[in-house]
Amino acid sequence: MSASKPAPPQRPQGQAAGPGPFGRGPSPMGMMMPGQKPRNFRKTMRQLLTYLRPFRVSIAVVVVFAIGSTLASILGPRILGNMTNQIVNDMLARARTHSHVPFHYALLMRIAIELVVLYVFSAICSYIQGWMMTGISQRVTYTFRRDISLKIGRLPLRYFDRRTHGEVLSRVVNDVDTVSQTLNQSLMQIITSVTMIVGVLTMMLIISWELTLVALVTLPLSFILLGAIVGRSQRFFKQQQEQLGRLNGHVEEMYGGHAVMKVFNGEARSVAAFRVINEQLYTSGWKAQFLSGLLFPLISFVGNLGFVGVTVAGGWLAIRGRVNIGDIQAFIQYVNQFNQPIIQIANSASILQSTAAAAERVFEFLAEEEEIQTEKIVASPTVGPIEFDHVHFGYDPEKVVIDDFTASAAPGQRVAIVGPTGAGKTTMVNLLMRFYDVNGGSIRIDGIDTRNMSRQDVRAMFGMVLQDTWLFNGTIRDNLAYGKPEASEAEIVEAAKAAHADHFIRALPKGYDMVLDEEASNISQGEKQLLTIARAMLVKTPMLILDEATSSVDTRTEVLIQQAMDRLMKGKTAFIIAHRLSTIRNADLILVMREGNIVEHGTHEELLAKNGFYADLYNSQFLAPAV
Amino acid sequence: MSRLFAHFRRYIPALLLQLVAIFLMVAATLELPDAMARVINQGVLKHDNALIWRAGGLMLLLALGAAAASAVSGLLAARIATGFARDVREAVFAKVESFSLAEFHKFSTASLITRSTNDVQQLQMVLVMLLRMALMAPFMGVWAIIKAYRAAPSMTWIMGLAIAILVSFIAALFGLAIPRYRRLQTLVDKLNLVTREILTGLRVIRAFNRERFEEAKFDGVNSDLMRLNLTLNRLMMLMQPVMLLTLNLAVLAIVWSGAHLIDLSRLQVGDMLAFMQYAMQAIMGFLLLTFIFMLVPRASVSGGRIAEVLNTEITVVDPASPAVPPKRGGRVDFDRVTFAYAGAEEPVLRDVSFTALPGQTTAIVGSTGSGKSTLINLIPRLYDPTRGTVCIDGADVRSMRLEDVYARIGYVPQRGILFSGTVESNIRYGAPEAPQEALDSAVEIAQAREFVETTPEGYVAPISQRGTNVSGGQRQRLSIARAIVRDPEIYIFDDSFSALDFRTDAMLRQALRGATRDKTVIIVAQRIGTIINADKIVVLDEGRIVGEGTHRELMETCEVYREIALSQLSERELAGGGRLAEVTA
Repeated sequence: MSASKPAPPQRPQGQAAGPGPFGRGPSPMGMMMPGQKPRNFRKTMRQLLTYLRPFRVSIAVVVVFAIGSTLASILGPRILGNMTNQIVNDMLARARTHSHVPFHYALLMRIAIELVVLYVFSAICSYIQGWMMTGISQRVTYTFRRDISLKIGRLPLRYFDRRTHGEVLSRVVNDVDTVSQTLNQSLMQIITSVTMIVGVLTMMLIISWELTLVALVTLPLSFILLGAIVGRSQRFFKQQQEQLGRLNGHVEEMYGGHAVMKVFNGEARSVAAFRVINEQLYTSGWKAQFLSGLLFPLISFVGNLGFVGVTVAGGWLAIRGRVNIGDIQAFIQYVNQFNQPIIQIANSASILQSTAAAAERVFEFLAEEEEIQTEKIVASPTVGPIEFDHVHFGYDPEKVVIDDFTASAAPGQRVAIVGPTGAGKTTMVNLLMRFYDVNGGSIRIDGIDTRNMSRQDVRAMFGMVLQDTWLFNGTIRDNLAYGKPEASEAEIVEAAKAAHADHFIRALPKGYDMVLDEEASNISQGEKQLLTIARAMLVKTPMLILDEATSSVDTRTEVLIQQAMDRLMKGKTAFIIAHRLSTIRNADLILVMREGNIVEHGTHEELLAKNGFYADLYNSQFLAPAV
Repeated sequence: MSRLFAHFRRYIPALLLQLVAIFLMVAATLELPDAMARVINQGVLKHDNALIWRAGGLMLLLALGAAAASAVSGLLAARIATGFARDVREAVFAKVESFSLAEFHKFSTASLITRSTNDVQQLQMVLVMLLRMALMAPFMGVWAIIKAYRAAPSMTWIMGLAIAILVSFIAALFGLAIPRYRRLQTLVDKLNLVTREILTGLRVIRAFNRERFEEAKFDGVNSDLMRLNLTLNRLMMLMQPVMLLTLNLAVLAIVWSGAHLIDLSRLQVGDMLAFMQYAMQAIMGFLLLTFIFMLVPRASVSGGRIAEVLNTEITVVDPASPAVPPKRGGRVDFDRVTFAYAGAEEPVLRDVSFTALPGQTTAIVGSTGSGKSTLINLIPRLYDPTRGTVCIDGADVRSMRLEDVYARIGYVPQRGILFSGTVESNIRYGAPEAPQEALDSAVEIAQAREFVETTPEGYVAPISQRGTNVSGGQRQRLSIARAIVRDPEIYIFDDSFSALDFRTDAMLRQALRGATRDKTVIIVAQRIGTIINADKIVVLDEGRIVGEGTHRELMETCEVYREIALSQLSERELAGGGRLAEVTA
């Protein structure tokens, strides 16, 4: 399935939702860019319609107003033409009789009032339609986003571990946005365009079939020209996109490794490589710009051709008394109005396609398999031993990483998980917390298979401090109370004190009320670690999962962290991803991991006696002298 | 900004040519209604068939001419805008590449990337629009008004009024909308932030059973976004009906006053129809201009950000008459070096003096923020000291050519940084001419042989951007091999061993010992185990040297060193020094 998976859209993230001040609009540029194609257009559209179902009555009303809004464009030129005809008739009558026959101003006034009413009515209809459609499309957008957010909560971690965050993010923000814009603008544009074309054509035929024919002759021409340009320009736009991607890649890479580039004398080579891509980008860039820019002169040329044709043919027919001057005037207006809806209709095909592609990605996400909720809810057991009973597990069913693992930890014991970087030490965390479920065997707490408990109950028994110090954008107080929102101020401060965090928190600008920013970059990595320890401290759990890794923390803070962790572990069954020798040596059970597997387990002495991988790993640490 | 305009200068001839094309196009387009007026006034009303055909032929030619001129103008606009963007892009990139870390530090990497890519794209986009439309709009608008005035001076006020109404309406609309668009952008950012937070924190959220809480938080932003979008869309939707209504009423007004003028024989019917066309063109011209002016602020923000990069003065440059000191094994001297980042209150390094001798390993330890990395960055002139001197082989590094300084140094950064290409292109990065044997031996020493040999492609195995397709340890080993291949006098390891597991770390250091026997080796380290046997250990604390000596000496004399060591090893192990394994096993 991955082969045909549509690439996430290239739009930069964080782009404003909804139509910008220069939103998509009826620009002909839309069809110049190669759009994305959905795999199953019909199915996606049907699904999209289900989202619109609650609004079907409103949509019907919107359609009525949308049609009303086109009336000015359809009827206006004809009525205005009649006004001109009246003027011409009055003028000709005066010329024929050689006397000063007064103009029929009363009649002209009546027509003028008619027109004003028509124009105003149309404008009001148009605004009501937009008003209502925005309401519908924004509510649908809201529902989409809500459903995605709820879905995130129900999907297994397996789903997210295999994807980048950007991919999911792009669905929440960009794809939903694309759908929203289409609902907001394009849908009604399609309806009004069709109405316009039918209406204008009818009016033209009523006035004169000969002139209609002349006006329409130019249409096939514009389609041929359009087709020729669009194909070519799409090719260049695609090239341009690719080269832009390569260029950005080079820039990111070189800026990211600036010091290395400098010290290894790579400056001239880097600029030369850049120049090559930049030149290619220029070539495809100007061609794409030029070809897409041709559309505008071509459309106005075809429009002008229609104008010329109508003028000449109209003049010829007028001499023969078959049409009036007002009719020619009306026709010129109609020909002007005809172009835009046709471009819009031609455009709408590609817009609908890319909308369907975006909607498809959203629906795909919503249809992903969810975590099966455990039905049986077993009351929280008293804290007993944790047993691994013939556990089998693999992230892929074919690739087993834990094969028939059996061990147990009594209450209050410490289990150290050791192994080189990348050995899969987090797998144990995943299984204990039921982020993943075992494939065979069982993990039992106090004799109860964790799969028979609800995930919430299992997780409520564990405190967790990981190396990845996730804190959210909010006050320190709220972050500390994350696991226990009802905690009192005294409890929070007590936890912070126990984690050696109280002191530095009080030294911060607003103390416990300081807001941590997006990346929590306003406090140090070590301080973040202390906060996550305090957070775990506040939730009194019988069991604990701990990652000792404290890289990029200065040594003094590291001492504080270690003391805090020791205090946190007191009296708890603890699983520790261990880095300190003292932790490892004092552990009641050591699980040695290598390439995802638990290769050995036992106590420090037992493992050293075995003289296997652990002994090797342990001894190598201080064996070699420094360089 | 003036540097930006300097890049535009070479396109001025093309721009002039384009102005001519636009002029021709506008002239041809605005001649069309004249011809139409003749068809009506002299052809239809005077029953002159021949004149209709003649005028028709002329109109056809005019239409063709307008299209051709417009195509030429489009071609020139495309080439000018993309050419200018190309030049600016290259200038920015070359400038950034010539930055020392001091200038780099002034901007963030992310911001420099945006300035070199998106900002230039933004500039190009606006320039295309300006060239294609903004140049045409005033011609079209003004000329149409003049033509209209000549056809019927007493009706020109209708056009003026319509233009005034529309322009002020649009200005008011944008005045109301733009602050809301800014708020919209913050809300979209917030939606991004909350979603990203939920995604990155999934494990913690689930561990603490706070899924409902996060959903509620998301819903809050989602609802706010919906409400703001509703307001904003409903505001912007006023535009189309109001524009259309104004245009329609203007045309009606023309016909109404036209009737009175015709009544007074001061206007012909054909001229009234032509006037309608001019009015349309003039109004459209001014509308276009209004929209385009909305784009300019966006472009000027980008332009300003680009100019900032181009105007940055580079502090680390080659000396006028460079010294080439003879190679004496790469002795490094720091003499009372003080360094402060630009704009910082406190210096990072204060009065640092020490010597790193060839054939010895000099280690630098200290807590984070003590200035270790800054200190070693002064050797290859990634920064220049604020006071004091750094010497290589007895010569001030500032007296040497940058390339010459670089050539003496093998630098291994903290994170293994690789570039896209192959394993070989990365190892050879600092020494493109190195023979195969040098490559092989470097790979061997860097403990990367197993990894190179077990991949089917070996040396030509592809490395993706930033080397994300190999593990952190493998990246680090390749970047060490890259330094060895250059066979430099001075090795600098900036905490380069922490991505390796203990076992590889030990084996690597064993192998390196041979390769670096008579070189100057400077190591920044976190793990005491890595440097326990160094010839000299320099202890930094808050930018000052607080201890200098061997491990044993420092354990006796230096409080800071003892504190660091104790946090990592047990007292018993430290006492054992290098022969620790026997003690514990």
